[in-house]
Amino acid sequence: MDLTFTPDEQAFRDEVRTWLSENAPSEPLPSGDTADGFALHLEWERKLFDARWSVVSWPREYGGREATLMEWLIFEEEYWLAGAPNRVTQNGIFLLAPTVFEFGTAEQQDRILPRMAAAEELWCQGWSEPDAGSDLAAIKSRAERDDDAGGWRIYGQKTWTTRGAFCDKLFGLFRTDPDAERHRGMTYLLVDLDAEGVTVRGVDRLDGDEGFAEVFFDGAFVPDADVLGGVNQGWSVAMSTTGSERGLTLRSPGRFMATAHRLVDLHRRCREEAAPDLRDAVARAWIQAEAYRWYTFATVTRMVDGHQPGAESSLNKIFWSELDVDMHRTALDLLGSGAELDEGAEGATDAGLWMKGYQFALSGPIYAGTNEIQRNIAAERVLGLPRK
Amino acid sequence: MRFAFDDDQIDLRDAVRGLLADTCPPETVRTAWSNSTGRSDAAWGALADMGVVSMALPVDAGGLGLGALDWVLVLEETGRVALPEPVVETAVVGAPLLHALGCDVPAPPASIATLLDSGASLYADTAECLVVLDGDALRMVDPSTARLTAEVSVDRSRRLFAVEMAAGAGTVVATGPQARDAVAAARDRGALAAAAQLIGLAERMLATTVEYVSVRHQFGKPVGAQQALKHKLADVAVAIEFARPLVYRAAWSLDAGDPDSAVHVSMAKSQASDAAELAARHALQCHGAIGYSYECDLHLFMKRAWCLARSWGDARSHRDRVAAAVVDA
Repeated sequence: MDLTFTPDEQAFRDEVRTWLSENAPSEPLPSGDTADGFALHLEWERKLFDARWSVVSWPREYGGREATLMEWLIFEEEYWLAGAPNRVTQNGIFLLAPTVFEFGTAEQQDRILPRMAAAEELWCQGWSEPDAGSDLAAIKSRAERDDDAGGWRIYGQKTWTTRGAFCDKLFGLFRTDPDAERHRGMTYLLVDLDAEGVTVRGVDRLDGDEGFAEVFFDGAFVPDADVLGGVNQGWSVAMSTTGSERGLTLRSPGRFMATAHRLVDLHRRCREEAAPDLRDAVARAWIQAEAYRWYTFATVTRMVDGHQPGAESSLNKIFWSELDVDMHRTALDLLGSGAELDEGAEGATDAGLWMKGYQFALSGPIYAGTNEIQRNIAAERVLGLPRK
Repeated sequence: MRFAFDDDQIDLRDAVRGLLADTCPPETVRTAWSNSTGRSDAAWGALADMGVVSMALPVDAGGLGLGALDWVLVLEETGRVALPEPVVETAVVGAPLLHALGCDVPAPPASIATLLDSGASLYADTAECLVVLDGDALRMVDPSTARLTAEVSVDRSRRLFAVEMAAGAGTVVATGPQARDAVAAARDRGALAAAAQLIGLAERMLATTVEYVSVRHQFGKPVGAQQALKHKLADVAVAIEFARPLVYRAAWSLDAGDPDSAVHVSMAKSQASDAAELAARHALQCHGAIGYSYECDLHLFMKRAWCLARSWGDARSHRDRVAAAVVDA
């Protein structure tokens, strides 16, 4: 056990910190889930890419720095502590990219990854459908073989597609064998949202941003080159992505440590009027953010030793998503009656971002598999409780 | 950055786990509830033979020279079996405290009792030495010269005593800042050791409950197949898994002499206390009526968890210490 950072890790941290202090926007950008905000976030992503900070853990040929997992965690700590913008590229770089690295052909990797890293192509996720949410294997969207054209024609509908209205491409699951049992006969396809036969309709989220979309497919063509990981192999390919969504990559500890820092700062400004139990709640938030940080260092050490995280990533997802809700709820309690002042209100503390953040935090226990599903997975696959 | 134990640390843990599986089954704990000492017969001697009782003393003092990172896993194992022995007070708190202050501590030390945690002293009647903070003086007292009045703990194996001593009894070991600093460090070790025991206890209660709800059938299927129980037990697993790294991290900080090690200990103890209490609560609920019976072993572990959750500082007081360092700063 050595809980200090190596000289290389420390040098990496210093380099990240210096660059961010000179380059990160001093004021928060408007939400990346609105059209105007999205454009500003894209500019930021390209700035990150030009300085090789957009995908630090990737190979250099795709725009990365070949950073270790530990360095990636350090990057994330510094990134969020600097108050840098949310990553509108996250569903590509954190969810699709690990799958492309694992299952993609060399041609797919060369074609997809550099453009993703440069934010020239923005990716959204096509998992959920109107009748398939927690029960992902219930999807009905289908792909029919078109041998003449050398590919597939897709039909059906995806929904709750984050930033779908602003993205260029969608990765999703489609049924390719209607006779197969539920978890088989699906294929992971990469779909051009500009293709003929694709209709994208933005859907407002509860916070008012056009952060969602519905995507309709009516015979759109997907060439064979855009099948990821083999025909009818979609479920196992997709599960590798949901693993990263719940586990290490989507929500790093740096985000929650940064929120804990901001919460301490908010408490400092509000403590004259704050109830004493809120001091305890802030301390608890800090402790739990630290817990997630050290848990993750242990996880990464195991990965460096060659162990792949399994079902325990469900415990992880439950913990960070509920911590995020608790921290924001504590902030609202500190703000008292001022908490309701929304983004743009003159008198709002911190530009109303705590209420905005609370609404976003509330999506955490729902997306990436609801926490009820995660508890089932943890109980059955970590603890070994009977399925039936 | 490397957050993992080394092979020697794992080997020691496994050796202690094996020894305690043989010498401290639940019947041993149950016997300690009603015997004259509240202690095990065989386990303490076996642990002393293995070197565990003197593990935190330096090698040249006859100990194993182990740091917190080494003993934290050992303490977890003593929690897992609800060992009814003064292992925290003797091995982790008392012996290194006295040795650091220049006292001659035999290896293995005879059992040591303290009055450093609360107003009552655990196993003071069977201890050969009682460590007391009296004003700004740390004293070593022969328990047979003090008047001991037995208290009754809900965990009947925890033999607690109120202690009355003549003014100036015993020998002064240290005074002033030296005594204060040594006691503060000893209390941090006590809190960390209790946190480690709570992790072991919580895991034991979770494992026992998983086993029980997997075989207990109602409505034609195991009760553990019901989502309501699964979700409670998943919450226990979350609580344990996100307390454990704080315990190990605090152990590292103590060994490294990190200036914030006391705050790290408090993070560990507050989370471990809460995790063990949640484990106790859900374990009982998931057992149903059998868990409420005296005959079921669960209450042996549950009551130990209740006691340790509040020993060496409860969750709230440790969060208060974190708040003073982080929130008030």
